[in-house]
Parts: sequence; structure tokens; C-alpha cells
Amino acid sequence: MKKFAIASVAIMASAVAALPAQAELSDDIVKIGILNDQSGVYADFGGKWSFEAAKMAVEDFGGTVLGKPIEVITADHQNKPDVAANIARQWYDEEQVDSIMELTTSSVALAVQGISKEKKKIDIVTGAATTDLTGDQCSPYGFHWAYDTHALAVGTGGALVNNGGDSWFFLTADYAFGYSLEEQTGNFVKENGGKVVGSVRHPLGTNDYSSFLLQAQASGAKVIGLANAGLDTANAIKQASEFGIVQSGQRLAALLFTIAEVHGLGAEAAQGLSLTEGFYWDRNDDTRAFGKRFFDRTGRMPNTIQAGTYSAVLQYLKAIKETGTDETEAVAKALHEMPVNDVFAPNGKVGANGRMIYDMFLMEVKTPDEMQGDWDYYNVLDTVPGDKAFIDPAESGCSLASK
Amino acid sequence: MFRTCPRRWARCKTLWGYDAVIMIFGIPIQAFLGQLLIGLINGSFYAVLSLGLAIIFGLLRVINFAHGAQYMMGAFVGFLLLSWFGVNYWLALLLAPVVVGITGIAIERFALRRLYNLDHLYGLLFTFGLALVIEGGFRYFYGTSGQPYETPKLLSGGVNLGFMYLPIYRGWVVVASLIVCIGTWLLIEKTKLGAYLRAATENPKLVQSFGINVPFLLTLTYGLGAGLAAFAGIMAAPIYQVSPLMGSNLIIVVFAIVVVGGMGSIMGAIVTGYMLGILEGLTKVFYPEASNIVIFVIMAIVLLVRPAGLFGRDV
Repeated sequence: MKKFAIASVAIMASAVAALPAQAELSDDIVKIGILNDQSGVYADFGGKWSFEAAKMAVEDFGGTVLGKPIEVITADHQNKPDVAANIARQWYDEEQVDSIMELTTSSVALAVQGISKEKKKIDIVTGAATTDLTGDQCSPYGFHWAYDTHALAVGTGGALVNNGGDSWFFLTADYAFGYSLEEQTGNFVKENGGKVVGSVRHPLGTNDYSSFLLQAQASGAKVIGLANAGLDTANAIKQASEFGIVQSGQRLAALLFTIAEVHGLGAEAAQGLSLTEGFYWDRNDDTRAFGKRFFDRTGRMPNTIQAGTYSAVLQYLKAIKETGTDETEAVAKALHEMPVNDVFAPNGKVGANGRMIYDMFLMEVKTPDEMQGDWDYYNVLDTVPGDKAFIDPAESGCSLASK
Repeated sequence: MFRTCPRRWARCKTLWGYDAVIMIFGIPIQAFLGQLLIGLINGSFYAVLSLGLAIIFGLLRVINFAHGAQYMMGAFVGFLLLSWFGVNYWLALLLAPVVVGITGIAIERFALRRLYNLDHLYGLLFTFGLALVIEGGFRYFYGTSGQPYETPKLLSGGVNLGFMYLPIYRGWVVVASLIVCIGTWLLIEKTKLGAYLRAATENPKLVQSFGINVPFLLTLTYGLGAGLAAFAGIMAAPIYQVSPLMGSNLIIVVFAIVVVGGMGSIMGAIVTGYMLGILEGLTKVFYPEASNIVIFVIMAIVLLVRPAGLFGRDV
């Protein structure tokens, strides 16, 4: 590993030295692949709308870079790492794809990041949550752009305690993702002076949560943390509203939930829900303008993943323009060094481990009466500064960052 | 089995939040009753769904894998009627089964009918493929995170039963499904139409020679089965997310219930539906991790001990 690190530093140095000479593109086109779930449980998470966001970024950039065209292609990985790996290899080897982005689902993101590292290509993950991407499985060419499990746990776990939710009961999906979400969030709850009074584990894809919800209700905890995802979370929230859990004073906190799923539930069922997102369209004039443009194209407002994909594509193109080449080493170096300043991350920066560090927001879903329009879902309860939300690169376990 | 709480009073209270005195299997009786009731509610869905499957298998000998998709369609038709035409829940409760029943009739008339003379496997494969197509189609247009469907005003809110807070809508689900189950059973076991149906499955040629239109009866039966699935779907809409995937999660469990009850046994399907709903509910309290497999464990045991199912007749 150490040898590799030294070698990569040496390669990087030589690449930088060679920069001025190679102000050109490898095959007269910059090709970006958006690879994510477009038909499975996470199809609304990023889905085909991430592809749309990527195309918006290209248009906003001007459609060309260094005088050459930019193309965005997309594919459905069906949440299967093997399918994703095949597509990634084909894209890199045969279709001259320069960079793969989005990569919803952690297992897929890790697999494709591995291939990208091997092929010396840049990957930018916006759809997956695992901190391993910028931890012990980090890559010099891999970037993690939107949220991660750590940020969600800090945002919802830590910040909610400071807002009065100091005792927790977890409803946890019975697999690795659920455990790690519960554990990380529980840690931040305790760190901030709260306590965890209990938890119950439910099988993945459970339809009915009333039994678990009754247990959570009886625990008397102030916050019920939903350490699950997708349809599981949606069903649990819908049924919690049926059983009058929020009305009776308990708070629901979804640990992985976005505005797309809130919209799917409707404000009636989702009201009072706390969650953490990295983007909300109704925060300032820039976000509103971006949200409106996205809405005009897709009929929905962007969530963290979709807005994050826009930002990732834009920053990648900026980096190519800055360096005057699409050569991986040079672009990766530029991505690490350039500050991020766009509608998604107004003052973002990228750590040595590839983690893009920016502010996240703790949100609360409004009641139907408070809502002024169709997508007016959130009250912003708190801002979680990027340095707190994300793991300090030096302590991330990534060999590239520890010096 | 019964144990009083006082000595562990403080723990009882903090664990369950009840002023509990009597304990059953280590949990306060109030909580136990609550879980029983919830099991019964879920059992209602199982009963209606497995009833439809059992009828279709009993009379048509088709293993209807599209049942989950038809359940999903029922919920979606309700949602679409509401968002397109403003049709309320009560009317949708009638219309959704009719609409899905008609699509079922079309499926039987134009496709399924051609497979009756072949091995059962072909019917299974066809309906399985059909389910994938239907679910894929809905997923393409509506995504996966689901659509909202509100509880009708008349049934919103809940009552405090002392041992639990019962949403009125859930109570309605139990009542409605009981009515539908008993009604369907009466239709098949006690009416002339039901007698024709049963006779037609025993010996179609003979029944046909009495001047009864057997193919038409079978078409009607498939329509009825699909309609029952849709009825469960529209009943589920205010409780579960109306999502293209809602049926595929449920269908396998319902199959297990039909197997436990005895393939084709109508009463078996109903009783087993409620029974296993309750059993699953209790598992969620005592060992939640096993709650999605407990039904399959029962299925395996029943298949070993009584292959024809609890209520099935040996063939």
C-alpha cells in the first residue's frame, strides 16, 4: 500500500510537470456516464432524474469544453455490483467514457470505484452512503460528493438532540446498512447527552410496521429513529401517522430520506418528520432558480442526490477547463484543489481522501397548513457545518489522507 | 405463563409504558392484546388475498402469480381515480375491483384460456411474466417511492381501547374483509352459481352437456379472483404506500398461506390467513428478526406432516 502511495505521488508529480504540453482531450470528446438504479427500490432516489441533472450541468457549462463536445450517457445497474462492474468496464474500455458518476447503492459504488482506480479513471459518487468510499477503500481518483452515513448520523442524531430530542428508540432494518446507521446515530445521540432507550430490528421489505411502532410508542422515547431506507421508511412513517405517534408528541426521524420520498408520502403523513439533506431548493434565490429549472424539465424538485450530481458534473468540467486536459491525474489533482462554488455547495472543498465537504441541513417536514405550494415541504431547523458533518480526512482511515 | 408485575414494576413501566399487572410470556397483557389485534388486522389482508388465489387455483387449476400485481393495480386504480376524477374512497372500493376484474377477464379470455390444456407450469410462468410486465410498467411511469393516499375522513382518527390506540380505519379493514370473505364463501358453497362452478371443475364436459357455459364460468372466476386482489389493494392504499412494488413483497407470503391452508381449499385459505397473520404479529414481539420467515417455517412443517395442507383433501 505504501509503495503504491509513493508510486502514485510520483506519477502525480510527473503528470503535473507534463501539464502544459498536453492541453488537449484524449479522444476529442468528454464522455460522462451516469450509472445508477433506474428501476429498483432506489429509482426515485437519483434515477433517471440524476441523468437529467447531469445534462443540465453540461448545458449550463456551455455544452463544450476546450472546444470539444461533452456527452452524457446513462445505464441502470439494478443495484447489482456485478452488473455495474460489467457496464463500468465496457464504458471505460470500449466507449471512451472518461468518468462515471452517481452510483447509488454502496456495494455498487465500492465495486465501480475499485474498477475506476484500476483503470485510472475518475469516479464521483453522489448516490451511495458508505463512508468506506473515502475511508479504507478510498481512491486517488475517487470522490464522494453528496451525503454519507456519517453526515446523516451527525445531522439527524447530533443536531436533533440539541433541538430537544434526547431519548431515542430505533426501528432498524435487519442488515449491515441498518446496523451501521443505528450505531453511528446512536453514538452521536450519546455524545450530545442523549440516550438510546431501545431498538427493534425488522426484516428488509416489511409491509406492516404497526407492531414495531407500538413497541416504539410504549418505550416513551422522544424520538423514533428510522434506520432503514426507501419503501421501508415510507411505510413506517405512513403507519406512524395512522397510529397518531407524531400527534401524541413523539418525533420521527428518518435517517436516510429525501424530498422525493417525502413527496411520495404527502405532507399529511410526513408532517413533523425530521431528516437531514444536503440540498433544499427553497433556501435562497439561487437554489430556487435551480429548483424551478429542474422542475420545468422533470416535474419534480431536485433532492440531494440529483442536485449533487449536477454539482459533480459541473465541477468535473471546470476541472478539465482549468487543467486544459481530461487526463485523469491532472483532473483529479485539480478536483482536490479547486474550491467548490455552485448552487449545491456554495463553499465546498475536497479533502485528500476525496470527500467533498460542505454544509448539510437538518429539516423538519411542514404540516399541510404551513405549506405554501406543492413542494414547500421543509423548515430548516439547523445547519450542520461541513467540518462537523463529515469525517476529518486525516482520521478517515484513507491512506492518501494520513500523513 | 401468567406472572404479575409488581416486583418488576419500575421495569415494566419503563419498558412498556403501561401500568401493567398481568404478564404473558414476559410482556404485559395490554401489549400482548395489542399485538394480537394487529396480527388480526394483517391477517385480514392475507385472508382476502389468499382467498382469491385459492379460488383461482381451485376452479381453474392456475397458479396465479399475477395476484400481487393485481393487488397493486387495485391500489393504483384507487389512486388514479382519485387524482384524475376526484373519485372518493368509497366509490373506489367498488370501482377498483370492477376495473381490475375486467382486466382479469380480458387476460383469461385472450391468453390464460389457451394454457388450460398444458402443464400447470405454463400458467404459472405466464402469470409470473405478466406480473413483471405490469409492475415494470407502473414503475416506469410512477417510480418506486409510492403515491400518497389519505384515509377517508369518516374513518380517520382512532379509539383508545385501553390496551392500545386502534386507528378506526384498521378496525374497518377487519370488518370489511370478514364480510368479503364470508360473502365469497357463501357464494361458492351455498348458491347455484357456486354449485355450477364447483361442478365445472370436477367434470367440465358433463356440466357443459347440461347446457351450462363452462368457459364463461371460468372467465368469471378469474375475474372474481382478480377483483378480490384489487379489493385488498384499495383497502391497503391508506395504510401502505401505493407503490408498484407493494404486491411483489406480499405475494410470496400469500402463496405460503395458501399452501399451509391447502391448495384450493377456500375455507382453509381464509382461516389460515387470519391465523398466520396473528402468528406473524406475535413473532414481531418475541423475535422480530424472524417475523418474515415464520410463515415459511410453518409452511415447511405443514408440508412435511400434512402435504395436502391443514384444510386440504388428499388427492
